[in-house]
Amino acid sequence: MPERRRIELSVNGRSYQRAVEPRLLLSDFLRHDLRLTGTHVGCEHGVCGACTVLVDGEPARACLMLAVQSDGAQITTVEGLADGQDLHPVQQAFWEAHALQCGFCTSGMLVSTVALLHERQRPSDAEIREALSGNLCRCTGYQNIVKAVRLASSRMHGAGD
Amino acid sequence: MKPAPFDYVAPRTLDEAVAALADGGPDAKVLAGGQSLVPLMNFRLARPSLLVDLNRIAELAYISPRAGGLAFGAMTRQAAVERHPNLATTQPLLAEAIHWVGHPAIRSRGTFGGSLAHADPAAELPAVAVCLDAVMRVIGPKGRREASAADFFQGYLTTALAPDEILEEVWLPPLPPRTGQAWLEFARRHGDFALVGVAASISVDGDSVSEARLALIGVDARPVRPREAETLLIGGTLDERVGAAADAVRSVIEPEADIHATREYRLHLAGVLAERAIRLAHERALQAAPQALDVRRTLESMGRYA
Repeated sequence: MPERRRIELSVNGRSYQRAVEPRLLLSDFLRHDLRLTGTHVGCEHGVCGACTVLVDGEPARACLMLAVQSDGAQITTVEGLADGQDLHPVQQAFWEAHALQCGFCTSGMLVSTVALLHERQRPSDAEIREALSGNLCRCTGYQNIVKAVRLASSRMHGAGD
Repeated sequence: MKPAPFDYVAPRTLDEAVAALADGGPDAKVLAGGQSLVPLMNFRLARPSLLVDLNRIAELAYISPRAGGLAFGAMTRQAAVERHPNLATTQPLLAEAIHWVGHPAIRSRGTFGGSLAHADPAAELPAVAVCLDAVMRVIGPKGRREASAADFFQGYLTTALAPDEILEEVWLPPLPPRTGQAWLEFARRHGDFALVGVAASISVDGDSVSEARLALIGVDARPVRPREAETLLIGGTLDERVGAAADAVRSVIEPEADIHATREYRLHLAGVLAERAIRLAHERALQAAPQALDVRRTLESMGRYA
């Protein structure tokens, strides 16, 4: 069995040091080692988008990264979006627009949306759909999700064109 | 689904990576962005004994002008390519095709070199390389060598890379004058692998076509360059020849049926997309200055983003 490696990283602003096997996926590290189970694991091969987290501010599939690769990185998971009891504007918008039913895909949707609205303040519907095309939802349907992203965008960055 | 155990090194320099890969033996594997290799490992279809992770090698991530064209370090993230200023004017085919690679969360990790070295027959970047005659620079224990895109892609997930070699850089030649390029693709869902994708680069001299380059994906075990179709386009006016070129495309490809589409459907689609891509690239070549070309606006005017 290959030896464990020491990694040090920041998750949602908190520092962690752990020893991990090289084959441990970042998604499993977050859920099992750090007990941050908000990051969901769906397909485990990069298709469903449920495990999307921010790595140094960029969206990434946690199931396609090894925990050892996150040594020195700053990770943001869905648990890191809210400010204490105050929901992130994207979370608030998803709630109000009924953009979730079972919630399984929601953490990935939220993180992907935060990344999108950072990159593009007032995306068009087509851009929203393109940006979320890598996040599968099997029960809510996408209409209300697109609505929620629009709502969050207008609250965070003012009315669009 | 978890990868089988493997040993892991993350060298800081390319030389260290070459040495580690050579020492690792036949089952050692290079890890670039991991967006194709890690899924294979999660399914245990790939069971490398050692992963040589290139992600800590800063010298492999760059985009720099060279010999009129553009050189990309193999570890340049696809997102960095996407954000590179003026890409739509200097390398319009790449600028258009890169949006079709996976999804934002894939492109932020996925690399230019990784996509080429993985050589999926339905991936966009290998077709861009083949269409433009890109030059790959490869490094191994015996030193560096160059490979043309035509020689590099050899078959399904198979390239000219020896097991102990690492792709270091890909160079795209400059855009010739009065040239228009286009990438068209059809997938069941944006970001999925293409059923068929077509790259076209058309240069004009007056009203006639002086050079035509085409490349197709999703229709064979590697990107296809339909040379006969290219030759058919040269010299005359486009309307006379584009139908024959599309037929020539259909005659040269060998698509396979799968759960997503039948062989006949792919054959039909390849011809239709080839004709559209040729027409679009030609239209762009005819527009006055290539510098004035705005790929996204052109697409929007075609209703693709509407």
